[in-house]
Amino acid sequence: MKLIKAGIAIFAVVAPCVASSASEVGLASKGEHFASRNCSWCHGPSLQGFSTAPRLAGQKREYIETQLLDFRAHTRDNPLSRQYMWGAAANHLSLETVHDLAVYLSTLSAVSAYDGDKALAASGRVIYREGIPAANIPSCVACHGPNAEGFGGIPRLGGLSYYYLKRRLAQWGEGYHAAATPPMPEVASKLSANDIEALASYLSLVR
Amino acid sequence: MEAASSRHPIWKDHSPSRAPTEAGGLKVSASKLTLQTALLAVCLAAAGRAEATNASDPALHAKIQYCTDCHQPSGQGYLGATPIPRLAGQQSEYFKNQLQAFIDRRRVNFFMFKVAHSLSPEMLTALADHFKDLNPKPLGGAPAELVEAGKKIFAEGVPAANVPSCSTCHGPEAKGNGQFPRLAGQLYPYIIKVLTNWDKERGQGGPEHPDTSAIMKPIAHNLNESQIEAVAAYLSDLE
Repeated sequence: MKLIKAGIAIFAVVAPCVASSASEVGLASKGEHFASRNCSWCHGPSLQGFSTAPRLAGQKREYIETQLLDFRAHTRDNPLSRQYMWGAAANHLSLETVHDLAVYLSTLSAVSAYDGDKALAASGRVIYREGIPAANIPSCVACHGPNAEGFGGIPRLGGLSYYYLKRRLAQWGEGYHAAATPPMPEVASKLSANDIEALASYLSLVR
Repeated sequence: MEAASSRHPIWKDHSPSRAPTEAGGLKVSASKLTLQTALLAVCLAAAGRAEATNASDPALHAKIQYCTDCHQPSGQGYLGATPIPRLAGQQSEYFKNQLQAFIDRRRVNFFMFKVAHSLSPEMLTALADHFKDLNPKPLGGAPAELVEAGKKIFAEGVPAANVPSCSTCHGPEAKGNGQFPRLAGQLYPYIIKVLTNWDKERGQGGPEHPDTSAIMKPIAHNLNESQIEAVAAYLSDLE
């Protein structure tokens, strides 16, 4: 943890220099330079996620942008976001860097975490595809797509880690804020603990 | 964010807890209902679906929340991986017809079959009334250069392709009338999808269960791709 904090401290110093000095190189390579110096401390050397930090590789570009801005504005306020990402995405993270980083991360190919409970995958898939109409829970697939690949600003969920998916889905119901707009706060708050385990298992197994 | 947190207790209070609602809802309702509706309620309960049998406020509120999770609180529609249509300002007769078509499988749609099956006839009417009164701005986003051509098709049809003027049935402002739907402000990609796939999705009840979707079948078929895009662009921009 000390190492991580030191990394974020270094990042705070390095970030403005990177944003202003790299204009002669392409967008993705600017993003790559920045990511390798900053994000990989927690998200893993190949940005496929590590421990509690989610996979960034292959995430939707617009979603990465909105999340970084939400960290910066303190809109996304679950404990680990507060602890790490509020500092990491503080005001010195320029809009240009946010964009470069998002372009770079979105172009990386994603590896599935494949760490959920396989016994729950089938029931998770039913919820993902159909929702739970009797409990007024809408289908996930309508927005997140048939392979949970995301769409525009709607995030890719397939192959994120079981732990991360489970915590994110639970946090809305616990009162944390993680999206500035409907519908996810409403939808996720209606999911039971079992629904969340099933969904997180299924999604983590999507390749 | 404050708005979101202030809504939070409402979601909790009005989200039906699954098991108790099934048992309780049926018991209260059976005495009030006609035989026909009671049979329907029994069938629904037997299939494991919780449902309010009248559109009393908490149940209606929860169901509106459910619709608007996808269709947006304003009923404006939403662009997910699937284009989710605008419901705001829709003709209530058409709205009810379509939900019934989903239930009867005359209109085939993976999402809406499940959704519509969780609705009682009373709820269906209450939802139709709710969305009819909403009037947000169109979501927009269509190519502006297509609007003029689309406006002409809407007003005059395409005589050479035997396509009548759209305004004849849908009204000069595309607000619809009774069983003819409002088209004004509908999502650009949604209109394209519907017109392109008309007879793959609608009119699926077979010759013994014809419905009004038959009217549009030759029209949708006779429009070519660029004409569909033009008329979709025009309508999607219309308040």
